[in-house]
Amino acid sequence: MALETLGWQGLVILVVFGLSLLIATYCTYAERVIAAFLQDRVGPDRAGPYGLAQPLADAVKMFTKEEFFPGGANKALFIFGPCLAMVTALMSSAVIPFGNFLKFGTTVVMLQGIEINVGMLYVFGVVALGVYGIMIGGWASNNKFSLLGAIRAASQNISYELAMGLALIAVLMMSGTLSLREITLQQSVPGEWHFWNIVKQPLGFIIFLVCAFAETNRTPFDLPECETELVGGYHTEYSSMKLGLYLFAEYINVFVASAVMSVLYFGGFNFPFQYELSEWLHTSRGMSVDAAQNIISILGAVGFFLKIFAFIFFFMWVRWTLPRFRYDQLMRLGWTILIPLAIFNILLTGGLIFTGVIPEVKQWWLASGMAVR
Amino acid sequence: MSLFLFLCFVALLSALGVVLAKNPVHSVLFLILTFFTLSAHYLLLNAQFLAAVNIIVYAGAIMVLFLFVIMFLNLNEDTEPHKPALAQISAAIAGGLLLLVMVAALHNVQPAGYNADTFDSQVGMVNRLGLVLFKEYSLPFELASILLLTALVGSVMLGKRETGERNF
Repeated sequence: MALETLGWQGLVILVVFGLSLLIATYCTYAERVIAAFLQDRVGPDRAGPYGLAQPLADAVKMFTKEEFFPGGANKALFIFGPCLAMVTALMSSAVIPFGNFLKFGTTVVMLQGIEINVGMLYVFGVVALGVYGIMIGGWASNNKFSLLGAIRAASQNISYELAMGLALIAVLMMSGTLSLREITLQQSVPGEWHFWNIVKQPLGFIIFLVCAFAETNRTPFDLPECETELVGGYHTEYSSMKLGLYLFAEYINVFVASAVMSVLYFGGFNFPFQYELSEWLHTSRGMSVDAAQNIISILGAVGFFLKIFAFIFFFMWVRWTLPRFRYDQLMRLGWTILIPLAIFNILLTGGLIFTGVIPEVKQWWLASGMAVR
Repeated sequence: MSLFLFLCFVALLSALGVVLAKNPVHSVLFLILTFFTLSAHYLLLNAQFLAAVNIIVYAGAIMVLFLFVIMFLNLNEDTEPHKPALAQISAAIAGGLLLLVMVAALHNVQPAGYNADTFDSQVGMVNRLGLVLFKEYSLPFELASILLLTALVGSVMLGKRETGERNF
């Protein structure tokens, strides 16, 4: 890889990193505004115009609170827990394709942190590691309620990871690849833009969505951190910014889960009529192929973020609408409903592929990946 | 090469940490770090699928269960049974002999080497691996799946509540 391309790619990685943090920051604000809207209240409006500086005020509050170490706690691991939660949350956005590519002369810049051919497995591996942040934090607190909370959270995450993986297998059977970029491109074969995976995999999407709620510890599955019926959970003993990091990691996870769902089921950076638009730019407006492609790529990235924001809104909408499950209900839903349903979905997809209802992927299209024909 | 040496250094250090750490939870965390360095070695060998699966299965699933059990057992120096000196000496001798055998067996092994012209650098990629597994090794692959299925059925059988039995 040329050094110049490497420099561009580094810039993209920095932008992805910054955007993940920025979006997670404003998720805390959006959560309150949406809660206020749904409950017919005003919401935060004191700090800055429309309360936009509220996340900053929260951060100052978190940082200046007293930092407390419980007696007999394992200090190194007590600090390591929230760090690990944060690191694993931030790592998973590295492989998400936020857009197609930009081309300046001979330089091609992928709007993606890094493209690897096992992208989906990478996301899964990192999500699986997220459990450690919770478990280490809960254990190092030297509090039996923290430990029980950590076990509760970890077993919930592990249980729902299974159903999530099984729902994903149906998508992988259709696409025949683990690369998130290729999965995105497959949903945009020219002339068939409406074939987003949601059309082919409605059942798989619903299973994945439910599991994503459980994996990110959002209501109605927020038992790991419910302080009203059960003791707080793994972060009972945490205070100050270490608690803030745990809560912040949850919002990054919501962002990443939204992005993954958009890629897998809602066409990622594709948007309707992109080929018609690029052709119009190319023929009627006399733009070069590269310029038309760049415009389509940028519009696609914007569209991708709109999809992500729609999912984030959905996460918050559900939080302020549904009550939370009881723990045995949660386990029963995961093990006796979602997993058999996901296996049924795999069989169904296999049957549809075998009978030819789901068409084969057009390989010639994948090789170029250009929006302009 | 320097990356390889660095990874080897971290791998050996964390593997020593597993054995030498006083606290069993620290041992488990060192073991997870060891799995990570192994995955990094797989990545250096261009085996991305193996690296990702190693993380998901070992670091992500099996070690979580290890951590569960060890956290609940609450092991520490007070509860550790004191082993007699004879057992310690015999364990040291047996371990030393094993090391001797391994060093003797491996000390003048030549690496098989590969032909740079015919070597296929894509051999570890997921689609190639899938083709090999399902074409050339499909019988061993299916047998391994049946073995896993048997273990699964067995664990469900053991965990099942029998009629009239109450656990709480």
